[in-house]
Amino acid sequence: MNFEVIVANLPKLLEGAGLTLELVAFGLVGGAALALPAALMRVSPRWWLWAPAFAYIFFFRGTPLLVQIFLVYYGLGQFEAVRDSVLWPILREPFWCAIIAFALNTGAYTAEILRGAIQAVPVGEVEAATAFGMSRTLSLRRIILPRAFRIALPAYGNEVILMLKGSALASTITLLDLTGMARTIIARTYMPVEIFLAAALIYLGMTFVFVQLYRLLERRLSRHVVGAR
Amino acid sequence: MIDLAGFGDQLLLGAAMTVQLAVAALIVGLVLGLLGATARLSGFAPARALAGAYTTVVRGLPELIVVLIIYFGASRLLTTAAAALGYDGFVELSPFAAGVIALGLTFGAYATEVFRGAILAIPKGQVEAAHAFGMGRWLTFRRIVLPQVWRIALPGLGNLFLVLLKDTSLVSVIGLEELMRKTQIAVGFTRAPFTFYLTAAVLYLLMTMIAMAALHRGERAAARGMPRLRG
Repeated sequence: MNFEVIVANLPKLLEGAGLTLELVAFGLVGGAALALPAALMRVSPRWWLWAPAFAYIFFFRGTPLLVQIFLVYYGLGQFEAVRDSVLWPILREPFWCAIIAFALNTGAYTAEILRGAIQAVPVGEVEAATAFGMSRTLSLRRIILPRAFRIALPAYGNEVILMLKGSALASTITLLDLTGMARTIIARTYMPVEIFLAAALIYLGMTFVFVQLYRLLERRLSRHVVGAR
Repeated sequence: MIDLAGFGDQLLLGAAMTVQLAVAALIVGLVLGLLGATARLSGFAPARALAGAYTTVVRGLPELIVVLIIYFGASRLLTTAAAALGYDGFVELSPFAAGVIALGLTFGAYATEVFRGAILAIPKGQVEAAHAFGMGRWLTFRRIVLPQVWRIALPGLGNLFLVLLKDTSLVSVIGLEELMRKTQIAVGFTRAPFTFYLTAAVLYLLMTMIAMAALHRGERAAARGMPRLRG
């Protein structure tokens, strides 16, 4: 084991970790924006609302993230219409392509989590809201969604960790995230074991910190629950 | 129809390799998972600590990093070992073997938790009754615990297998010619990335659907002794 090479390249690796966090944050925000409408459509009784949501969720949960990234980054350029469009400066950038793919992917998983949570809201509470004269939208906004968010919270924490781990795939489309940076350093130093282990430790550190923070958040949001510590 | 420019059978060959990789990693992962769960529930503290560290570390790492570490790390270990035995050359682990080990390790780490939960879900009275009948620990495990663990753990293991199936695409990064790598080769020749990556996506979806159907049948078969669980 050569520790000097790890110490010498630590600043570079941390720089990569910064990009990893940036990609994950953008991906999660985009994913959440997609997940809410997708989940609401998915629980609708009207087929023309739930069917597209079902297809979206099914496709993105049933195919590898790597395929999705390649479809966005390499695939879209196949069409002249895309290359000529105003969006091309964005769709040409690996950074935005990675974020689009991450958002679509985590959005599908989050929508499924949220769907389960919406369906897990006790029927009695929804009926009570209706009995109080709340309209469907108002009870959705005041009763169903706040309850569903709380129910979905633990599962969503797992999804964030999966996204963090999945972000390593950004390295396959030339991005210098933590994994990409590690691979670049290895191409120069040819010390794969040392550098990958260092990157692995940084990933573990990030997951650990996130799990601790999330536990605090969950505890804070359960203050009102009797018996919850 | 979509024009695959004669690469259709190459993609199918790749898909066959993907299935082989997934099944091989599944077997390794199931063995590791059962061993891990037994270790986590054992009375021997070092075994518990070791299994706990294994699941925590592996579950916290990106699968891609695990694949890369195994591929490069194992090659170095093998080269060092070969040198100690008097062979001075570079020994390399094949991408298939590295993929099976890496994906098996990942599956095993998650499966450890699934098996642990399933073993804990079996009523203690049944194990005590088996002991009272004079069954030894191994016989109790094989005849009483394991058949029920199978039923309880199957839905969880099924989800893990669907994840594993998709993670096989990561092994393309170290050059194994599975579906993803074959698709990349086809894209290099035809310059039609969208067509080919979409075809690959559809093939992955088909494999996922077949696996889901098989799992559903498996769950029903495992629950045949439980009339209410039949669906």
